[in-house]
Amino acid sequence: MLSSAQTTPRLLRSPTTTAAAAALKCSSQIITTRKSLISRQTSAVDLAKSFLHRLRRTEPQLNSFLYVPPDEAVLKQAEDLDKKIKNNEELGPLAGVLVGIKDNICTYDMPSTAGSKLLENYRPPYDATAVRKLRACGAIVVGKTNLDEFGMGSTTEASAYQVTANPWDLSRVPGGSSGGSAAAVSARQCMVSLGSDTGGSVRQPASFCGVVGLKPTYGRVSRYGLVSYASSLDVIGCFGSSVADAGILLNSISGHDKNDATSSSREVPDYASQFLEIDDLESKPLKGLRVGVIRETLEDGVDLEVISSVRDAVSHLEELGCLVTEVSLPSFSLGLPAYYILASSESSSNLSRYDGVRYGNQVFGDELNSLYGDSRAQGFGSEVKMRILMGTYALSAGYYDAYYKRAQQVRTIIRNSFKEALDKNDILISPAAPSVAYKIGEKKNDPLAMYAGDIMTVNVNLAGLPALVLPCGFVEGGSKGLPVGIQMIGAAFDEEKLLKIGHIFEQTLQGCSFVPPIVADEWTP
Amino acid sequence: MALTLLRGLKTHSFRLYPSLHFTRNHGVLYFSTKSTQGQTATREKQHTRLKVSSKPESVKFDEISKNYEAVIGIETHVQLSTLTKAFCSCPYNYGSQPNTSVCPICMGLPGALPVLNTKVIEYAVKLGLALNCSLSLNSKFDRKQYFYPDLPKGYQISQFDIPIALGGYLDVDLPVEFGGGHRKFGVTRVHMEEDAGKLLHTGNGNYSQENYYFLLIGIVDLNRAGVPLLEIVSEPDMRTGIEAAEYAAELQRLVRYLGVSNGNMQEGSLRCDVNISIRPIGQLEFGTKVEIKNLNSFSSMSRAIDFEISRQALLHSLGQADEIVQETRLWEEGAQKTVTMRKKEGLADYRYFPEPDLPSVNLSEEYVNEIRDSLPELPEMKRRRYENMGLSMQDVLFLTNDVNVAAFFDATIATGADVKLATNWIMGDVAAYLKNEKLSINDIKLTAHELGELIASIKSGTISGKIGKEILFELMAKGGTVEGLIKEKDLVQIVDPTEIEKIVDKVLANNPKQLEQYRGGKTKLQGFFAGQVMKETKGKANPGLLNKILLDRLNSKS
Repeated sequence: MLSSAQTTPRLLRSPTTTAAAAALKCSSQIITTRKSLISRQTSAVDLAKSFLHRLRRTEPQLNSFLYVPPDEAVLKQAEDLDKKIKNNEELGPLAGVLVGIKDNICTYDMPSTAGSKLLENYRPPYDATAVRKLRACGAIVVGKTNLDEFGMGSTTEASAYQVTANPWDLSRVPGGSSGGSAAAVSARQCMVSLGSDTGGSVRQPASFCGVVGLKPTYGRVSRYGLVSYASSLDVIGCFGSSVADAGILLNSISGHDKNDATSSSREVPDYASQFLEIDDLESKPLKGLRVGVIRETLEDGVDLEVISSVRDAVSHLEELGCLVTEVSLPSFSLGLPAYYILASSESSSNLSRYDGVRYGNQVFGDELNSLYGDSRAQGFGSEVKMRILMGTYALSAGYYDAYYKRAQQVRTIIRNSFKEALDKNDILISPAAPSVAYKIGEKKNDPLAMYAGDIMTVNVNLAGLPALVLPCGFVEGGSKGLPVGIQMIGAAFDEEKLLKIGHIFEQTLQGCSFVPPIVADEWTP
Repeated sequence: MALTLLRGLKTHSFRLYPSLHFTRNHGVLYFSTKSTQGQTATREKQHTRLKVSSKPESVKFDEISKNYEAVIGIETHVQLSTLTKAFCSCPYNYGSQPNTSVCPICMGLPGALPVLNTKVIEYAVKLGLALNCSLSLNSKFDRKQYFYPDLPKGYQISQFDIPIALGGYLDVDLPVEFGGGHRKFGVTRVHMEEDAGKLLHTGNGNYSQENYYFLLIGIVDLNRAGVPLLEIVSEPDMRTGIEAAEYAAELQRLVRYLGVSNGNMQEGSLRCDVNISIRPIGQLEFGTKVEIKNLNSFSSMSRAIDFEISRQALLHSLGQADEIVQETRLWEEGAQKTVTMRKKEGLADYRYFPEPDLPSVNLSEEYVNEIRDSLPELPEMKRRRYENMGLSMQDVLFLTNDVNVAAFFDATIATGADVKLATNWIMGDVAAYLKNEKLSINDIKLTAHELGELIASIKSGTISGKIGKEILFELMAKGGTVEGLIKEKDLVQIVDPTEIEKIVDKVLANNPKQLEQYRGGKTKLQGFFAGQVMKETKGKANPGLLNKILLDRLNSKS
């Protein structure tokens, strides 16, 4: 049992209290949208207009998007949808849902730069599988979101184009690398968004921006069309303002893809079926569920306020009926170095295609070598160059065994230790990040400090497991406090359980509104 | 490797005396096909390899060479004839317009991922088994990393430490002209990988142009990028150019027998890089190794090796052995010499690591056995079988050289035709026809069944050998059946002595003058009479019978 049993009443609401229940239909933008469209309460065009309006208003301060198509392009799709509704045609599960797409995910009709100068104005000839599936479900893409170049970074400060601001406090980073996608959902610039998560790039910004971030099991979602950073770790993940939205979004993009040999052919369960209305909940809806709190994630190096928020959340889970124990993963601290070696190694290879021959500005020198060298020197940002150098070094003859091979061995150890812990527990709990959002520029010149911030998330990628991050409280900062995220880690391909627990947790969390100040006035869920 | 490719591009002037540049003419017979057409027919006339030139330098050179032994290993790339590329669904057709058979995957576009074409594994297993290798049931793909404009991803998907097949050998029967003999050459490994694109050369492929690379950028054809290859690495078991060429020819034969590649060297479906070093006879350690590229035929391979042996031997004999450096040399067909292409600047570091985009390759014993059971009869087995039928090695090598010819031969003897007769027909008139018409045996209308019929008809005396020949050409060009043609043209041989007697008598009666001369001692005229009889019978008279009766008649009244 956890020692800190005292709870903070303001966060809690007894699950049995049904009065003023925040019913599911209100918490899920996707479901709300669907209902209001079908009932003709609103039109897809009006909905799109209101989002585009908010996007245009907030974007100058936030810089979440690298590209937003002309309004007409978005409204045209909404009009087509309204026609379908008028004709009582069948609607896709994401009909009218406005989606932001991280700019390292290919879209045939918009540039896909991966935040890099080397891919400036690059337009892929195809849609990523995830995007194709979203569109097939009726979603409307409202733009491409900012990121650290090629997904390498934790703040969006490594974007070659712009720095995104945190909607809770514009002087702070939104996290990264999917900072644009997180900020956009947080500021209601779009309903949901896609990000990618190689070492925490969905979960950490979700935590910083107070939104739900879902990193699926490796192989659950096709990577086809995701600009590779570290192939064995990369996954496309989901952002939503509710667990239900993240779950429904995941549902629409999951499944085997013949274009991705690492995508799993396991059947995709209907994640939406997990989302019970609050009225239907029993008094102890999570009774008997075994929750393991990872001891190593609540120790030195983690902000005390973060620790206390997470402990409160754990108490809340206990009240919901969970059996909470503390588990130790001694290999946890090994994850960070192993991750940075493996991710850098793979990235040094994945990024060799950006050689100045096909992409980026060709810088001609006296010989072929200088074409490569100079084009790459000018095209890549310093963070990317550093990782390419690290990765190249780790894979070099004579160093391979000491670095790459050893890191792979560590990865196996980590995977096994998670497996063991998850055999005994339904889920594992940790903070999503050791701190809340920090100031822009704060860690820019201290890469090691920034890397250390990934400690909570990288292990999950090394183990290939699914993890859900959802806001669980606030710490002081900004005008209305800064959100803290809790991370729930599940067994491989058990997203269902994460979503079920996350949803009930969210529904029963009282007194928390995770709408940032920048849009608080106009956003009424 | 490629990073350094264009640094040392200046051609080094060649050091040997011009007179040493092979006055020796090596017309070499390779029992293999040079193109898909008319192979078996294109036997080059061979000269003996050791023909001594009249030039004194050459004599001296041969003396020098005698003291050295060459150690030769070969890396062969075989392009697989799968319908689609290794990791995407683009087809590959040699010679199509540049960049017309490409997609995001083989172009290496951001976000595109490879998915393995399982035919590649099947073909690799086939070749691995045919090369007597042990198969790795659990292998994987790795990335081999280097920069070059024809490599769109900046790495090649290949296999590094766990190739799909390891430790085999290849049986070779050397041509009789070169002393014959059986050899077993070791095969180190077979691994799967993808081909690179092609730089569209503007000129004559001269690598020595300054700033050459400016020409490369933007003129890369990616049609070939991602085409599946098998790389076969031999042990350094070859000692002569002939051995090396025969190893390569046997490999070509093997992939054609297996149907995994067309093995065409001109189109680059089969590419050989030769590693060669020489050492004084008796020395155990290897000398400095040189790699030779740009070998477009088996004969150029053999000639390039012989050239390289003599070049290195001369340097040794002049005390300049240290001028033999580890480098890549190009064979220049026009000048008949090798020239420096690039010097190695230390060992290239390809930074191999496991390809994370592809799952490991796991084969079940069952799968392997299934493929093993489905293997066709391979050249070596065929040669031993033909040998046991009593055929000479020359015949054996000819027949087994082309899988289609071998199949034709097998089908012919399956009709009951005499083995030696079938061999003679195929190696003689059929082969000559194929050569003249530049056809392959599958292009002609003649079927094995009809050749069998033809042989039987001659044997039974229904038609004469001469008529048989005529029919054969008709069968090859137009098709039809032996029986049909015989009937249609009324070609049945006249074997009735009385009928022949009648005609002989008629001819003698019609040519009294000649008869008188014959009987006066000009016995050569027998041929004239025989010709007249043949003319009269349209060639159908049985020659033996005819001659016997003719002689009888000519001499009886003398």
